[in-house]
Amino acid sequence: MSFVTAYLSLIVLLPLAALVWKSADAGRTGFWDAVTDPQAVAALKLTLVVSVAVSLINAVFGTIVAWILVRDRFWGQGVVNAIIDLPFALPTIVAGLTLLALYGPNGPVGIDVAFSRAAVLVALLFVTLPFVIRTVQPVLLELDREMEEASASLGAGPLRTFRYIVFPNLFPAILSGVALAFARAVGEFGSIVLISGNLPFKTEVASVFIFGRIESGDPAGAAAVSVVILAISFAALLGIGALRRWRTRHDRV
Amino acid sequence: MSRWLLRVLGLSYLAVLLAAPVGLVFWRTFEHGFGPAWDAVTTPAAKHALYLTLLIAAIAVPANTIFGIVCALAIVRYRFRGKGIVNALVDLPLALSPVVVGLAYFLLYSRNGWFGGWLTDHGIQVVFALPAMVLVTIFVSLPFVVREVVPVLHEIGTEQEQAASTLGASPWQTFRKVTLPAIRWAVAYGVVLTTARALGEFGAVSVVSGHVVGKTETMTLHVEESYQAFDYTGAYAASFVLALIAISTLVLMSLFKPKEETR
Amino acid sequence: MAIVARSLTKHFGSFTALDDVSIEVPAGSLTALLGPSGSGKSTLLRVIAGLERPESGTVELDGVDVTKRPPQKRGVGFVFQHYAAFKHMTVRDNVAFGLKVRRRPRAEVRKRVDELLELVQIAGWADNYPAQLSGGQRQRMGLARALAVEPAVLLLDEPFGALDARVRKDLRAWLRRLHDEMHVTTIFVTHDQEEAMEIADQIVLMNRGRIEQVGGPRDLYEEPANEFVMSFVGPVNRFGESFVRPHDLELRIEPNGETTAGTIERVVHLGFEVRVELVLEDGRDLWAQVTRDEAEELELAPGGKVFVRPRRARVFQTT
Repeated sequence: MSFVTAYLSLIVLLPLAALVWKSADAGRTGFWDAVTDPQAVAALKLTLVVSVAVSLINAVFGTIVAWILVRDRFWGQGVVNAIIDLPFALPTIVAGLTLLALYGPNGPVGIDVAFSRAAVLVALLFVTLPFVIRTVQPVLLELDREMEEASASLGAGPLRTFRYIVFPNLFPAILSGVALAFARAVGEFGSIVLISGNLPFKTEVASVFIFGRIESGDPAGAAAVSVVILAISFAALLGIGALRRWRTRHDRV
Repeated sequence: MSRWLLRVLGLSYLAVLLAAPVGLVFWRTFEHGFGPAWDAVTTPAAKHALYLTLLIAAIAVPANTIFGIVCALAIVRYRFRGKGIVNALVDLPLALSPVVVGLAYFLLYSRNGWFGGWLTDHGIQVVFALPAMVLVTIFVSLPFVVREVVPVLHEIGTEQEQAASTLGASPWQTFRKVTLPAIRWAVAYGVVLTTARALGEFGAVSVVSGHVVGKTETMTLHVEESYQAFDYTGAYAASFVLALIAISTLVLMSLFKPKEETR
Repeated sequence: MAIVARSLTKHFGSFTALDDVSIEVPAGSLTALLGPSGSGKSTLLRVIAGLERPESGTVELDGVDVTKRPPQKRGVGFVFQHYAAFKHMTVRDNVAFGLKVRRRPRAEVRKRVDELLELVQIAGWADNYPAQLSGGQRQRMGLARALAVEPAVLLLDEPFGALDARVRKDLRAWLRRLHDEMHVTTIFVTHDQEEAMEIADQIVLMNRGRIEQVGGPRDLYEEPANEFVMSFVGPVNRFGESFVRPHDLELRIEPNGETTAGTIERVVHLGFEVRVELVLEDGRDLWAQVTRDEAEELELAPGGKVFVRPRRARVFQTT
């Protein structure tokens, strides 16, 4: 037990404490200045907007992919199921490189999104791909098919059944996946760093901005902005968690 | 009709985002032939990068495996205050940006950091050297073994262990002969995830490593370095090696995946 | 609504669930589909409901061929063994679901739901979620939900199978009373012969995808068509070539020319009934069922000698 606390303190707790401490290093004004720096604000805005967009896109497409993996049968299904995890297994920098190769200059399909905001979107879509799929799949597998049969016997067509019966039961799982995807997207670094070009005020995300601050010898500023994205992630996680609990209140007897 | 629509939507989404990019890495690596690719991947810098990557993983993975098993046991089998905090801390690495992680460690161990001063005075270099890189890798790959073992421990319950002790087994014997075999597939799956994460870490290592070519570069940093230096073949070749490792990871994941998640 | 099924056949992989099955269900009746697991009774019910498609054969509701129609368009109410409650909706919303699908006005829906909740006696739970109800209450909700849309046919798939014995008995009697009030053509599936015998007007006994016999409870008991029916519907002893019910075995202290000799092995007192386990001279085992008074009168005890005569026996042609 003490091993656990020692390990956790050394590896997780202490570094975090140092981070929060440093962000307060320059005092309240220093923190505020660092955080309201126009470049920082631009980076935070971009990060937030793209992360939200990515989360929503994942909610829709992730559910679709989970659906065809669970409810459909087609040739190669097992392989498709396995490669969903590729973004987990592939180093982010390699992901960035491959996306750049495909959708950048000299790309075979003629699409060039390098150094644009679309690049950030594509990179984040890649790394957050598995989250919603993997949270929805088990719920879909477990879903009581008889509820759908009951719905049919009561006169509801497939779309109505999906809307009133299936979707409400999937929604909590979708929310969980969205929470994970959002947290990941907000902090993502490696896959963005090559394809976005990191142009300040245009394609610079929060993590790249923080990196820049560290390299410029301003760790306090970096720490301040870090604390802001930490706070955003936590707020999002708490909010989504609360929404989830509210939607599953029927399960608690 | 709608079934085909869903299939087309889902599969094209995956093809655009997943299959095409990875296929391209393979192609680009060998675009100029096998020779140049091989050369690129056997330069001293590349070799050192591979060595460093494997070394870091060889330290981080066993550490997190042991911690993971012990922590899972503590969480499931013991009552103690602050369990919520332990759970939150274990899950934290999943929600944290790698750059922020690197920064936190930098603040602790750099020359002006909390511990850095003392350590440098005693001749121990942490940041811009191996120790910091190992530590951040441990941080980012911390949760996986714990999270895989906890549900399994919950599910198997304590009955078998109780039976063992009534039959005279000591706690260590019980652990070795009853508990460990029961959780071994969960541990295996967790180890695969941990290793994949450790090998693929980029952002945190980038912050604390100092990017000294041939000395403090891992494979992932080497990829970036090569690319920035316009050595595209080098970058793709190193990526190819990492992609191969990733695909083996996927295969292992499919093999060890907990049964509830597969059909 | 009368139901006619003709020559239904259905396979699941290599397993034959229905093998050329035909039945007729009179309008307003309460019919039981009875049989062991794998007999095809649930499949038959689901084919009638439209939840499964047969490979061949037809289903007619009141003379109209509905074989190709989906369940939405058949006007059947279906009650599931494990309730299939919409767990994310309140009890009230569950029951109202079919009416809302049909876009009925709010006031009408409210009124009808309240009536039904009263009828099935769960009015106090209207705003709770199914997870908060007991099994029996959930099943009554399932019934209310199915009845809400005034189906022409009510189909129940082992409706009480997931409930305790006591609750099962109460609910089965309650279902019969409900049927007597509402006169909706009802078919229910069960593997419990006691349940079928107790409440059904007509029993369809199935085995391995085929129908063994159709008839009222008395018909199946008194005039079984074959050995399977006889032994499924009640206890049976084999007596040479014939089959005898334990309560049709007469026990005497003295032989009378028609009897066979036997020794008593065990006497088990089950309240009013007494079960007497015997071994005949030729080594065969039997058991007889007598009343407590008879057992006292004959002074039956283990080891005692007794003479056995079947009062009624049935012989089946082996074709």
